[in-house]
Amino acid sequence: MADGDRRSIRAPLALVNQHMKIAVIEPDPSRARDIIDALMAEGWEDVVVLGDVTGLARKLAALDPDLVLIDLDNPSRDALEQVSVASAAQSRPVAMFVDRSDDEMTQAAVAAGLSAYVVGELQPERIKPVLQTAIARFQMMSQMRTELEAAKQALADRKTVDRAKGMIMRARNVSEDEAYALLRKTAMSQNRKVIDVAQALLTASDLLT
Amino acid sequence: MSVTPLNCGYVPLVDSAPLIVAQELGFAGDEGLTLNLLRQQSWAALRDLLALGHLDAAHMLAPLPVAMSLGLSGPKARVDALMVLSVNGTVIGVSTAVATAMRARGWDGHFGAPQNTVVHLLSALERPLRVAVPFPYSMHRLLFEYWIRQAGHGRPAEVDIVTTPPPLMADAVTANEIDVFCVGEPWGSVAVGNRVGELILPGAAIWAHAPEKVLAARHDWVEENPTIVGALMRAVARAAAWLDVTQNRPLAIEILARSAHLNVPHAALDHALMGQFATRFGATPVDVPGFLRFHDRAANFPWRSQAAWIGAEIAQLEGVDRHHAVSVAQATMRPDCYRRYLGPVGIDMPGASAKVEGALTHPTAVASVRGEMILGPDAFFDGATFDFTTLE
Repeated sequence: MADGDRRSIRAPLALVNQHMKIAVIEPDPSRARDIIDALMAEGWEDVVVLGDVTGLARKLAALDPDLVLIDLDNPSRDALEQVSVASAAQSRPVAMFVDRSDDEMTQAAVAAGLSAYVVGELQPERIKPVLQTAIARFQMMSQMRTELEAAKQALADRKTVDRAKGMIMRARNVSEDEAYALLRKTAMSQNRKVIDVAQALLTASDLLT
Repeated sequence: MSVTPLNCGYVPLVDSAPLIVAQELGFAGDEGLTLNLLRQQSWAALRDLLALGHLDAAHMLAPLPVAMSLGLSGPKARVDALMVLSVNGTVIGVSTAVATAMRARGWDGHFGAPQNTVVHLLSALERPLRVAVPFPYSMHRLLFEYWIRQAGHGRPAEVDIVTTPPPLMADAVTANEIDVFCVGEPWGSVAVGNRVGELILPGAAIWAHAPEKVLAARHDWVEENPTIVGALMRAVARAAAWLDVTQNRPLAIEILARSAHLNVPHAALDHALMGQFATRFGATPVDVPGFLRFHDRAANFPWRSQAAWIGAEIAQLEGVDRHHAVSVAQATMRPDCYRRYLGPVGIDMPGASAKVEGALTHPTAVASVRGEMILGPDAFFDGATFDFTTLE
């Protein structure tokens, strides 16, 4: 990320200087590192990661964070919900951060795959800059994940097409270019994708041999 | 015919079967719908996505629409229960250590004796019992709390409720994090199979006809999309009826095990769908008839009185006003939609939309829209009845 971008989402200094302990629940170490880096770069220095979620309520009570950030998809979300209900065991209540005055931010967080839980009575103004930073980071991570998956898929597709080409080359004794042209022509005439035709060929061949 | 795609959220449990079967066996397609079945890792995520409009409909814990509509859970949203997706289907189990302690004090190990079992359970340990439930607003928690309260002890202070995702419950028992687990199948049987736990009571022994999961949707969405809501309810009701035909259960197990939706092994589905349980490792399986009901005995009918009971229990646990909670809760159930959309296609239903919960100790013939139908039993273990129209 360019420095200019980073400055654009930087929180006002007065807010940054207020101490806030942030717990990040994330089992994947590299993702956890990413989130910590993003938060630290913006001035929040007291960030703790919880990777292992066994005994989550007990660990959170010991850590006593002000804010908990967690992936929307993390199965431990429900355990966090419990912490918010078991108020007897906790000195401070835990509640999911939902700011009714700013529905857009709640939507942006969900779209990015992020949920936040507030411990105690933190003011929304203090939470929003943290959330903005985290949302930006989550968006970037999810984009990277999508790109990675697309790249993996492209690689797998290419292997399939290569195998199909090889099969055509052997069966019809043609060159690689001719084999590919044949695949493309079949795909176009059937209104299908080259990869689908290649896959169908491999499946059929597996069945016949 | 154009096909309407619907985003349907679910948590991968056996009782999400009506949605999966509605899509996979073509009941949804017959109604011009495609269900995009979106698997969720937690009830909290499912709840948030429904509340914020990312999901159209969801397989949901019966108490959750009530808790959401009361503003007690997640982003406040008025959420309706269009119909009940399943009745019963949960088990209560304990760690092997607790089972041993219970036996040492004379517990006979009988699966389905709520009065006797609760006495031994509550006196088993010298320290507070740690009780795992899947979610704070789940029938598992409400039934457990009702059980130990109504057994005549008041709510003992020595019980800690701990939320634990079902797939992690057996591990939590192994790690000595919990003593008691209240969970849907297959996760109770997994703890037994791992030799770390023993099943002590089916949830149905506490309340014989407890709504377990509902088909939930935002109230505004329901009002704005009558055609889609009707199509969805018909597709799901037909799937539920199909699931309750005994001869279809083996095929249902095949479909659920093969489809990518559940990712649960074949054997794990058997217990819940065939109603047979080994309560401890190596024991002869016992039959629990009607362990999990999808359709029969008006299982899909959204009784206002069921939600009212849930509202009253939540009020008791959270200290919110009882009248307010019951009033909001009963309105989340939509028997009106059930009548409007399912009546014309020949699905039988009761004449009334509320009943005295707990009054039926045996299967009983009652007047229905098409003549007569069998309801019940719906008794509570303590013989109590609940009539929200005469609440003090």
